[in-house]
Amino acid sequence: MTRPKVDLHPTTRPPARHKRPLWAMFARPQVVALAMVLAVNWLLFPGFFSVTWQDGRLFGSLIDVLNRGAPVAILAIGMTAVIATKGVDLSVGAVMAICGAVGAQMVNSGQPAGLAVAVALAVGLLCGLWNGILVTLLQIQPIIATLVLMVAGRGLAQLVTEGSIVTFSDPVLIFIGTGSVLGLPTPVVITLVLLILATLIVRRSALGLLIEAVGVNRSAAHFAGISALSLLLVVYAFSGLCAALAGLIAAGDIRGADANNAGLWLELDAILAVVIGGTSLMGGRFSIPMSVLGAVIIQAMNTGILISGFSPEFNLVVKSGVIILILILQSPLSARLLHRRARRSPKAEDAA
Amino acid sequence: MKLKQKLALGAGLMALSLSSAWAQGLEGKVIGFSQIGSESGWRAAETSVTKAEAEKRGVDLKFADAQQKQENQIKAIRGFIAQGVDAILVAPVVATGWEEVLTEAKEANIPVVLLDRGIEAPQELYLTSVASDQVKEGRVAAEWLVGAVGEATCNVVELQGTVGSSPAINRKQGFEDGIAGHANITISRSQTGDFTRAKGKEVMEGFLKAEGGGAGICAVYAHNDDMAVGAIQAIKDAGLKPGTDIKVVSIDAVPDIFAAMVAGEANATVELTPNMAGPAFDALDAYLNAGTVPEKFIITESKLYTPADDPQGEYDRRKGLGY
Repeated sequence: MTRPKVDLHPTTRPPARHKRPLWAMFARPQVVALAMVLAVNWLLFPGFFSVTWQDGRLFGSLIDVLNRGAPVAILAIGMTAVIATKGVDLSVGAVMAICGAVGAQMVNSGQPAGLAVAVALAVGLLCGLWNGILVTLLQIQPIIATLVLMVAGRGLAQLVTEGSIVTFSDPVLIFIGTGSVLGLPTPVVITLVLLILATLIVRRSALGLLIEAVGVNRSAAHFAGISALSLLLVVYAFSGLCAALAGLIAAGDIRGADANNAGLWLELDAILAVVIGGTSLMGGRFSIPMSVLGAVIIQAMNTGILISGFSPEFNLVVKSGVIILILILQSPLSARLLHRRARRSPKAEDAA
Repeated sequence: MKLKQKLALGAGLMALSLSSAWAQGLEGKVIGFSQIGSESGWRAAETSVTKAEAEKRGVDLKFADAQQKQENQIKAIRGFIAQGVDAILVAPVVATGWEEVLTEAKEANIPVVLLDRGIEAPQELYLTSVASDQVKEGRVAAEWLVGAVGEATCNVVELQGTVGSSPAINRKQGFEDGIAGHANITISRSQTGDFTRAKGKEVMEGFLKAEGGGAGICAVYAHNDDMAVGAIQAIKDAGLKPGTDIKVVSIDAVPDIFAAMVAGEANATVELTPNMAGPAFDALDAYLNAGTVPEKFIITESKLYTPADDPQGEYDRRKGLGY
C-alpha cells in the first residue's frame, strides 16, 4: 500500500484567511492584558518604566521582566509546537535541571565550555526524543508519557549533581545566564533569536500547517499523507532542545546547577503562557509569538507582585486572580460580546 | 620532676577517661537511622556527619533512606525492631502518624531519638528529640545586625523561605524579636524567595529597583544561605558592593556562604548544624550505659559565623560533607 505524498514546499500558498490591517495585530486581548498589568505595575511603582544605562547594559524593571521571563518564554516556544499537535510536555522543567547539571559538571571536569553547551543541548534533544518515542511508537498519551521524565528527570539531575548545588565559574556559561549583547541581557537575545527562527521556520515552510493538521485530526492528517510519527518526534525533540537552552540560562544565572529547584513547576508556567497566548490545548491553530507574549505577561505579573510590597501570602492569590481575568478577557464569550458592540450586527457573527 | 609528674598525671587521666569511654561508649552497639532522603545539601551533610559520628564512636549504623516517604520510614523502623537494634534514630518526614510504629519500638524496649524535626505523638513514645531552635536562629542573626549597625538607621529587606513553612515562620519571628526595641532598624520589604538561589536573586532584583537602585537598603536578611548567595549576585549586578554597601546576613552556614565571606561579600551566617547525631549519640550513651534519661528536647547551638571566624577554613571543612 502506498501512501499519498504531500508536497512539503507548495509553490502556491493557501489564500490568506483575512486581510487584516497592521493595527489589528495589536487589538488582541493578550496585548490589552499586558498593557493592563504593566499599567498596574506602574501605579504600584512609578519608576517601573525607567530604564537606565549601567555598566554597559540596560538596567531597569522592564528589562528584569524580559530577562526573568526568558526561560519560560523559551519553554513556551517549544511547548506551543507540542500543544499544537494536541500533546503536552510536562517534562521541560526536569529537562532544564538535567541539562543545567550536565553543563555544570562538564565545565567543572575541565571540558571546554563550547563542548559542555553542545552536550547539554544534545541531552535536551535526547530527552525530547525519548518523549517523542513514548508518544509515537508506544502510543502513550502525552500527559503520561512526559510525566515519566518529569518525575524521573529531577532524579537524574540529582544523580548528575550528586545532590548538591554544583557551582562553576566558567565565563561562557555565566555569559549565557547573566551576560549582555548590545546592552540587552543574553537570555533576552537568545529568546528573540529563537522566537524569530522558530516563527520563520513554521510559517515560511509548510511545517506549521502540518503541525496544525496533525493537531486537528491525526488520522485525517495521516490519510492526507502526513507522517505524524516523524513530525511528533521532531516537535518533542524541539521542546527538549528549548528546555535545554532554558536550563543553561537558569544555571548560568545563579552560577550553579540546582537539581532540586531549577525549572521546578516551570512546565506549568510554560503551559499557562501558551494558553494565555491563545493556543488551544485541543491542538490545531497556534501562535509562537503570542505564547512568548503570554510568558511576558506572566513575568510582568510576578515582578509586579515582588515590587508591590504585598505580603508573600498574597502572591498566588493575586496571580490566579489576574490569570482568571486574562482568560475571561480572551474567552470566546467576551470576544463575541465585544464584536457585537463593534459591529452591532449579532446575526452576521452568529452565522460565521 | 614537676613536669614528669604532670605528664604522668595527664597520662593517667587520659587512660582513665579512655577506659571509661571503652566501658560506657556505644562501641559495638547497633543503631538504626531512618533518614528522610537527600532533598537538600543540608540533608546530605546531616547523613554524612551522622555516619562519621557513628564511626567515631564505633557504632554499627544501619542506614535507611526513605526517599521522602513516611511509609518507607515506618517499614525501616519495623525492620530495625525485627533486627533487634539497640536504638533507633529517626528524622521524621512528617509530623503525624507515628504512634503505632513508635509504640512497637517501645514495646520492644528500643529507645527512639528524633532528629531535627518534631512529631505530634505522646512524648513517652520517644526518648528525646534533637533539633535546632529556629526562632533563636533568627534572633541571633538580628542580634548580629543590631551590633553591626549601632545607632545608625538601617532599612532591612527580608528574603523569606517558602510561605507557610516552619523555618520561614520561625526565622522571621526570631528576627523580628531580635530587632524589637531598636527603632533604628526596620524591615522595609519582605518577600518569599522559596529558599532557592534563583528566586532569591529575582526577588532581590525587584527590591533593589523598588528601593532607588539599592540606595535605600542597608542590609538584607535571608532565611537561608542559598537565597543570600542569589541576593549577592543581584546586588553586584546593580553595581553595588555586597557586604559593604548592603550588609548580608543569613542562616544555615553552608560552604558557599563561607566562600562569599572570603570574597568579602557576606557578613554573617547562623549555623544550622548538620551534627544532630552527635548529641543524640551522647544522650543514648548516657541512657544505655548509665540509665540517665535525657531531657525531652535537646536544642543544638545556633552559632554565629562572621568573616573573623576563618571562613576559608570553614569552607574547606564543610565542602566534603556533601552540602
